[in-house]
Amino acid sequence: MRVVSAESLEIRVSDDIVLVRQAVRKRSVALGFGLVDQTKIVTASSELARNTLDHGGGGRALLELVDNNTRAGLRITFEDQGPGIPDLDLALTDGYTTGNGMGLGLSGAKRLSHEFEIWSKPGEGTRVSILRWK
Amino acid sequence: MERIPILKMGEFLLVTIQIDMHDRLAMTLQDDLTAQIVKHRAHGVLIDISALEIVDSFIGRMLASIASMARLLDADTVVVGMQPAVAITLVELGLPMKGIRTALDVEKGMLALRGAITEAGKDGDASGIR
Repeated sequence: MRVVSAESLEIRVSDDIVLVRQAVRKRSVALGFGLVDQTKIVTASSELARNTLDHGGGGRALLELVDNNTRAGLRITFEDQGPGIPDLDLALTDGYTTGNGMGLGLSGAKRLSHEFEIWSKPGEGTRVSILRWK
Repeated sequence: MERIPILKMGEFLLVTIQIDMHDRLAMTLQDDLTAQIVKHRAHGVLIDISALEIVDSFIGRMLASIASMARLLDADTVVVGMQPAVAITLVELGLPMKGIRTALDVEKGMLALRGAITEAGKDGDASGIR
């Protein structure tokens, strides 16, 4: 898989979540995503950006236009140096929450994406990647 | 400070969410709307989200809590104008917005609210405001 272009955004305050949504929207429009696909990837990004801020204490989002020779896609990676997730399976369960949310962030973002990867280590941080192909 | 306007339409309050809501704005809306319900003795709230390009779990939760708060203050809430792509995404996200009454547009939303008010026998009370 080839990375065609990349852009990095800081997530420090709640307004940054809006900026991430806008950047993901812009990229998915440029890629020619249909309205439903745009809405799905923007919504998934919004959930993950909020996780980065609320649970990771802030971090960054890396937006990448990727290409695997047959099709193009949009990959967004969210990274923080927060407390990490001790039990990933549990965190990916619908309805599991540590905060006051409904626990749909991770599992919902996974359902809204074609590819989903998560890495987390307690005390080091969390990295979540979603990808949606055109 | 930035605020979402709340309009009084007869016995109802109309909130049109037109901008990409950040978290603080959502909290301000909850405060403003509950105050306005009491001030105008409103029995119904219409929230027009036709301009919203996404509804994530944060905004979904905010809409649900507004509906619950309004209910405690004796007002019904109808969310109107959800875009089809938003509805598809919400269900896949796992947020089916249970307990939130919806209508396709403001007009149908007002009909639904009228029906709810008549059913609850609040009609005489509300007629003074009309």
